[in-house]
Amino acid sequence: MWLKIEKRPEYSKGMVYATPLIALLLTVLSSIILFEVLGVNPMEALYQFFVAPLDSTYGFSELFVKATPLILCAIGLSVGFRANVWNIGAEGQLLMGAIFGSSLFIYYPETESVFLLPVMILMGAVGGAAWAAIPAVLKTRFNANEILTSLMLVYVAGLILSFLIHGSWRDPAGFNFPESQTFSDSADMPILIAGTRMHLGTLLALLAVLGTWIMMARTLIGFQVKVIGEAPRAGGYAGFSQKKIIWFSLLFSGALAGIAGISEVSGPIDQVVPVISPGYGFTAIIVAFLGRLHPAGIFFAGLLMALTYLGGETAQINLGLPLAVTGVFQGMVLFFLLASDVLIHYRFRWNFSTKAVS
Amino acid sequence: MKLKHISSLIGAVALAAGMLAGTAHAEDKVGFVYVGPVGDHGWTYRHDVGRKAIEEAFDGKVKTSAVENVKEGPDSERVIRKLASEGHKLIFTTSFGFMNPTLKVAKQFPDVKFEHATGYKRADNVSTYSARFYEGRYVVGKIAGKMTKTNVIGYVGSVAIPEVVRGINAMTLAARSVNPNVTVKVAWINSWYDPGKEGDAAKILIDQGADIILQHTDSPAPLQVAESRGVWAVGQASDMSKFAPKAQLTAIIDNWDKYYVERTKAVLDGTWKSQDIWGGLDTGMVELSPYNEAIPEDVVALAEEARKGIIDGSIHPFTGPFKKQDGSVGAAEGETLGDDVLLGMDWYVEGVEGQLPK
Repeated sequence: MWLKIEKRPEYSKGMVYATPLIALLLTVLSSIILFEVLGVNPMEALYQFFVAPLDSTYGFSELFVKATPLILCAIGLSVGFRANVWNIGAEGQLLMGAIFGSSLFIYYPETESVFLLPVMILMGAVGGAAWAAIPAVLKTRFNANEILTSLMLVYVAGLILSFLIHGSWRDPAGFNFPESQTFSDSADMPILIAGTRMHLGTLLALLAVLGTWIMMARTLIGFQVKVIGEAPRAGGYAGFSQKKIIWFSLLFSGALAGIAGISEVSGPIDQVVPVISPGYGFTAIIVAFLGRLHPAGIFFAGLLMALTYLGGETAQINLGLPLAVTGVFQGMVLFFLLASDVLIHYRFRWNFSTKAVS
Repeated sequence: MKLKHISSLIGAVALAAGMLAGTAHAEDKVGFVYVGPVGDHGWTYRHDVGRKAIEEAFDGKVKTSAVENVKEGPDSERVIRKLASEGHKLIFTTSFGFMNPTLKVAKQFPDVKFEHATGYKRADNVSTYSARFYEGRYVVGKIAGKMTKTNVIGYVGSVAIPEVVRGINAMTLAARSVNPNVTVKVAWINSWYDPGKEGDAAKILIDQGADIILQHTDSPAPLQVAESRGVWAVGQASDMSKFAPKAQLTAIIDNWDKYYVERTKAVLDGTWKSQDIWGGLDTGMVELSPYNEAIPEDVVALAEEARKGIIDGSIHPFTGPFKKQDGSVGAAEGETLGDDVLLGMDWYVEGVEGQLPK
């Protein structure tokens, strides 16, 4: 007797959209057991994780502050993932966007023009796109695997940032500490709601969500991305260029990751520091899949992922739970999602024959 | 459906806010923000020991909460603000990178007192505190100078800020006062906590002939390397002898317990004032762990002489005559460098090899 996994002849479309919610439900149920084992009242813990962080306008605004870079990166990645272009290096593109964008302020700190910030954002997009162009060249010219090249470039970007901030970008009045001077008002992202830290970057993220939605649903390039992703040969017969789609999706995701980078640096961080992102570019991959590669889904998935971070902080403050619980939480969501994805396409069957299979 | 979710969420939030407003705070709360994990066995661990000292000293009257692994950036500002808004009367932010976020939050919460470790910006409700770790390093330097056979001491440096440079210089001056042939090699890793890099740096230093390893980084990795390679090492921040029972000569311990209890008491009494504290061996903020039994008695006597001399004020590590690395005068005969010079130290003394990263 053994268990056999076989492909389902047909899969349920409805389940594709239901599984993120099922995964979330399963996470909540298993975390109740986890909290019981840790000796914490599960209802209290769930309250601290999912409700307490949002007990004020400020809490809500923080949710968006935290979700902004996640959504920006994930939206960009989702377009590539749809076309089977696997950009794993959004983290590096984010850093490059931050470096390119802030270079303008670092080298011309006296500028007070109203055009400073828009140009910085543009430079951020260019920086991210330029960094993503490297895997694009390697893929289209030498057929190098973009998963590896984009991932490895993350570490290169980190080292470039480290070189600059431990070197010439340091604040001259900062006692040799590795951080730049704080940004001037004209280089800062404007705050959307007074008294909070919700900044222009959140608006850019919302625009990216809407724009990408329209692009994927209504434009030729969106159609080409989907066709190349699902049936490359058919796309070829229709005259769609695979190379063009590779270039497009890498540049697009790079640019959005770059915008995420510059909006962190000239938003809540307000200066260039050695660590700009706690891994937003990587977490965005989870966000993209949790959101089913759909802009609306990514928007909510980004908020959910941000909420687990905030909840982890409140749980530490009010319940003394260790930070690792947050990681367990995020891991469980992804685990259940991937597990139910397998079950959408495959099913288990018991084979009662006694003959063992070699 | 999504809209419904949000509205029910808002309902829950409103309910929760009402509940929170209804509860009175029976005990006073003190908050801590840590840059690393409590399990680093070094910097953060010692701050957490200080936190527990508060709980013990004000048993039942003061409740403490801590958030670990907080990234120096946007996350730290949210965590600090969260602690302040949840009724913590005193908040310790225990890493240099929390400086600007601490000041920003302090401005919004004038009634909450803040204590920032190792920074240089203060406000009416923000104190700074740090310890004169270099005094401990001076004592260790006497031992290292005597114990080295290769006359090469290796030093794992974190970030080239004055605090770290000061420690290297104090150790070098002491080592050369008992053994003029000593040279010091420094390996910078540009990070405070990175066990992998710390261990690698220690290996490189040993390969270059160092038979004593000192470190200004937070993990016990360099000691573990020293233990396995059969050379000496000095523990950092806490007694690390359990990681290197044979190799650890002694450890320079940060002891925040007394300070934390005092400052908590001051807040309870209403006598808290903004100040800048830089405590050394004399205040007990810096301590040395028991000397390794393998150290000969005369060497222990030398170390103890230095330690007691610093405590009674008859010895200052930076009393001339000594030269800078470039041959110019560091301090003339009988001259002692003032705190202002120490706080901005950006040069090596004679005997340190290599260039200070600038």
